[in-house]
Amino acid sequence: MKRSIKIGAIAATLGAALLLQGCNNDNNPNRSFNIEVVNLSNHQPFAPVAAVLHKPGYDGFSLGTMASEGLEILAEGGDPSAFISEAESDNKVVNTSSGTGIIAPGGSETLKVQGITPKPRLTLASMLVNTNDGFVGLDEVDISGLDIGDSMVLHAKVHDAGTEANSEAAADVPGQGGEGFNTTRDDSDVITIHSGVVTQDDGLTGSALDASHRFDNPGARIVITRMQLENK
Amino acid sequence: MKKPIAALVAITALSTNPAVAQDLSIKVTNLTNGIYFTPLLVAAHDDSNHMFMEGSAASASLQAMAEGGDISSLSTDIQSVGGNVMENPAGGLLAPGAYTEFDLMSDSGNTHLSLSAMLLPTNDGFVGADSIMIPDSKGTYTYYLKAYDAGTEANDELITGGGAPGAAGIPADPGGSAGTGGTGVATADNNSMIHIHRGNLGDTDATGGTSDLNSTVHRWLNPVAELVITVK
Repeated sequence: MKRSIKIGAIAATLGAALLLQGCNNDNNPNRSFNIEVVNLSNHQPFAPVAAVLHKPGYDGFSLGTMASEGLEILAEGGDPSAFISEAESDNKVVNTSSGTGIIAPGGSETLKVQGITPKPRLTLASMLVNTNDGFVGLDEVDISGLDIGDSMVLHAKVHDAGTEANSEAAADVPGQGGEGFNTTRDDSDVITIHSGVVTQDDGLTGSALDASHRFDNPGARIVITRMQLENK
Repeated sequence: MKKPIAALVAITALSTNPAVAQDLSIKVTNLTNGIYFTPLLVAAHDDSNHMFMEGSAASASLQAMAEGGDISSLSTDIQSVGGNVMENPAGGLLAPGAYTEFDLMSDSGNTHLSLSAMLLPTNDGFVGADSIMIPDSKGTYTYYLKAYDAGTEANDELITGGGAPGAAGIPADPGGSAGTGGTGVATADNNSMIHIHRGNLGDTDATGGTSDLNSTVHRWLNPVAELVITVK
């Protein structure tokens, strides 16, 4: 009887310690975020989103630089897994999350990331499936200023991975039944802001796209909310 | 510069702005797929002067920059009101996806930063930043810049070599993707003030059509440039 009381007291003490460690205060380096991605385009479904929570120093992609193979695969074919794998092999990356499926125009999906870093940054990418290699992206957004319960609203621009010429041909556009990733790089090989789709309605012979597929920036609304840590 | 310079000098003299000289590092990246920047003009100046203003008529010096890429008069104007300038940091054209980095020392009171460069090939399009307040604190700050139409020349989209102020046509296409034989897209600007550029139309007919520009190469969406200011 006496022994069991002692164990109970120890357990209670341990529990209190764990509770303290997991407690919710704004300066706790263990941070949890919900990331809502809203598709603002007219006719450009988003492929599954890749979201990366990281410390300063990880570079998933940057405007004006060459795309990694993981980004090329994501941008040409929509598959985020190689981009996520690249991220997970980087010691500056804290946590990753992949979307569960397509986000239709007007639709949204909320991803969750959580991890320990006092300087959290978010990188995010998702292909516009009716393009050759277009993707909405956020590049190293500083989300360290969010207190628990706070949200920030960002707008993501449409980037061109620069790895595939913008033929807009059905054979090259996954949303039109065409090929996804291939290893050939036949465009500028530098990440830029997408110049938009031209489409058959604007006289581009061979384009499988029509005026409904045109888009402008921003491509997506991103709402980042810092959450209470969940009790385990 | 848009306002009478004598009046501006008087305003500056009355100013009690405590801002001190700053040592800046600046990086400009061309985010377009197929548009070149002619030599950039970057300037630190006081809060009462403008290189250009949205919704206002272009100065003759701004027109010379926007139609032909000539920044000499614009630079002289800014220096005459005490601005600190960096001319042509890229040493010529800044290609799509390329960047240029340089230092700029701002004098005390020159609290704002402006930038412009012609977009080539366009008739009178330019990338611009009007009076960004230079941050007081050390750090790195990122801005995204839009494409403007100077409102001074019809967007006929014909490569004629015409770069002098008032001369119709586009001086050149540095990337060599333009065609010939176009009949002309527009004969006048509807908005003769500085406004957001509606983009190149282009076509896919290299020897005819309405435009000499290529719709798969020479279009863009905003933003067209990334500006990173590091306050040292």
